[in-house]
Amino acid sequence: MVTFTAPSRLTARERARRAARGGGSRSVPAPLLVPALVAVGFLVLPLIGLLIRAPWGRIGAALSGADATQALVLSLWTATTATAISLVIGVPLAWVLARTSFPGQRLLRALVTLPLVLPPVVGGVALLLAFGRTGFIGQYLNSWFGLTIPFTPIAVVMAETFVAMPFLIITVEGALRSADQGFEEAAATLGARRMTVFRRVTVPLVAPSLGAGAVLCWARALGEFGATITFAGSFPGQTETMPIAVYYALENDPDAAIALSLVLLLVSVVVLVSLRDHWLRGGSVS
Amino acid sequence: MTGGGSDGLAVDAEVRRGGFTLAVSLTAAPGRVLGLLGPNGAGKSTLLAAVAGLTPVSAGRITLAGQVMDDADAGTFVEPSGRPVGFVFQNYRLFPYLTVAENVAFSPRARGQGRRAARAAAGHWLDRLGLADLAGRKPDQLSGGQAQRVALARALAGQPELLLLDEPLSALDAGTRLDVQAELKRHLADFTGPCLLVTHDPLEALVLADRLIVLEGGRIVQEGTPARIARQPATDYVAKLVGLNLYAGRADGAQVKLTGGGDFVVADQDARGDVLVAVRPSAVVVSTERPEHGSARNTWPARITGLTLLADRVRLDLEGQPSALVDVTPAAVAELSLQPGSRVWLTTKATDLEVYPRVDGQAG
Repeated sequence: MVTFTAPSRLTARERARRAARGGGSRSVPAPLLVPALVAVGFLVLPLIGLLIRAPWGRIGAALSGADATQALVLSLWTATTATAISLVIGVPLAWVLARTSFPGQRLLRALVTLPLVLPPVVGGVALLLAFGRTGFIGQYLNSWFGLTIPFTPIAVVMAETFVAMPFLIITVEGALRSADQGFEEAAATLGARRMTVFRRVTVPLVAPSLGAGAVLCWARALGEFGATITFAGSFPGQTETMPIAVYYALENDPDAAIALSLVLLLVSVVVLVSLRDHWLRGGSVS
Repeated sequence: MTGGGSDGLAVDAEVRRGGFTLAVSLTAAPGRVLGLLGPNGAGKSTLLAAVAGLTPVSAGRITLAGQVMDDADAGTFVEPSGRPVGFVFQNYRLFPYLTVAENVAFSPRARGQGRRAARAAAGHWLDRLGLADLAGRKPDQLSGGQAQRVALARALAGQPELLLLDEPLSALDAGTRLDVQAELKRHLADFTGPCLLVTHDPLEALVLADRLIVLEGGRIVQEGTPARIARQPATDYVAKLVGLNLYAGRADGAQVKLTGGGDFVVADQDARGDVLVAVRPSAVVVSTERPEHGSARNTWPARITGLTLLADRVRLDLEGQPSALVDVTPAAVAELSLQPGSRVWLTTKATDLEVYPRVDGQAG
């Protein structure tokens, strides 16, 4: 025996929507709605807290403090240098991973992308063990060139590159794999040698992904904390980047910590907006 | 324009790709267009790729103007970028991020000319192909016909000795195809080197090519002038393309015993051994009564299995000994009340049968 449910109200507007786009009810069942709202609150409320507690009137003063300015400048140039290095050595590696095949390639790809999932502090420890004063590479740098890397700005750049470069590599490798190789063939028949093909065809074809990968890499480098503090320490003006400055300022100068956090939040929003076509829609290179 | 050497292109090679083997031996003379006709998967594009150096040959060699491009036995190979070859790809493959002028200047630039010289060379070809107004456009702002001309200009700007065209008109809609085809024919006439043109459109092959090679299953099944191939197809594939009935048989004087059953009286008294017989669908007459049997005529019963309306006539699909496609007027269909299942008599004059020797390896 079939029982009919009693009719409920259907507004004219909802009727029009269902007629135009098809589909049934759009109301969300409570067992899904409640957890979804909890998730939204959990993700968004802390950011609102940051905005509420921000010392809006004194933000300029808080940021112009010597430590804050130094941290800002250091972070900007180290993140930019790390991104540049990643472009110079990471893009060729992405090409090798995408366009060649050799024994152990899968293993190499796994190793290269390991820093994506490795706790950054482990990366810092590893860097210290390799390039530290007594590390297996560092001891020779020290005895042959008198070069000491740990706890210098070079260490900051290295820590940031170690953690951020894989973002660039996987983004560009994916783009290279999906790029139409017909264009490269066409370039070859037009007389272009392999390096010319790379420069004048491959790179322009993956340019959108190259840009997205570089932005992602830069943002990750800017936010780097664990590997940096382990390998480079936190000497103001030398190795104390913004995230580290925020961490220490929270104890004695909360206003400065919040102001610096706001700067990092702003940068993140800008990065997200610049990547919206590439990232938020889940699409790849067009 | 630059031209091919005295030798033109010579291919005598095998290309193996997975389970597919292309084995061909052909030459293409300077200033002539050699058409490569064949169904999908016949190996036409593979052949172009081998000539361009995009796929190395597995055996044999390819020479251009007397120079070895690829020789599997000697182990020598010229990289694609080192071959004086212009390639017009099926979908043109114009670089989407470059303007028309930059696309055309690509090859002079890649072959070592300075920026200014490359731009001048591009300008020359843009003028020559009537593209000067489009110089600043990006490929996605071009119509199909324009893109095709840009692809041709880009290939020619590298001053190739050899031109390869892979289905140059297949990306165009039917409306513009004929115009572009006429234009392409003019430009190809100006090219002094050999030209290889891949197509699966028989009309395109007949109009554009000076000589035709029919490829099927990685092998050459027929070679000759377009007129001869259209009149005396060697395989069912070609016969279907040019719209002829084709029968294999054994000739003994004026009598041909068909392999698939039935026999024909033919006009050619000298034919002996394995032959092919081609008949135009319009050269067969359909009647409902058994007609008077003249000595120079062939008459046989058949049953209609299908009718298709083609513009101003009706094509009948007939089953008999032998089966045939026959064209009649719509009026005849009505007068004779022809319909699927109707039993009719077919008649064709002996002089309307084209009889020619069958070469080994050809299908009937």
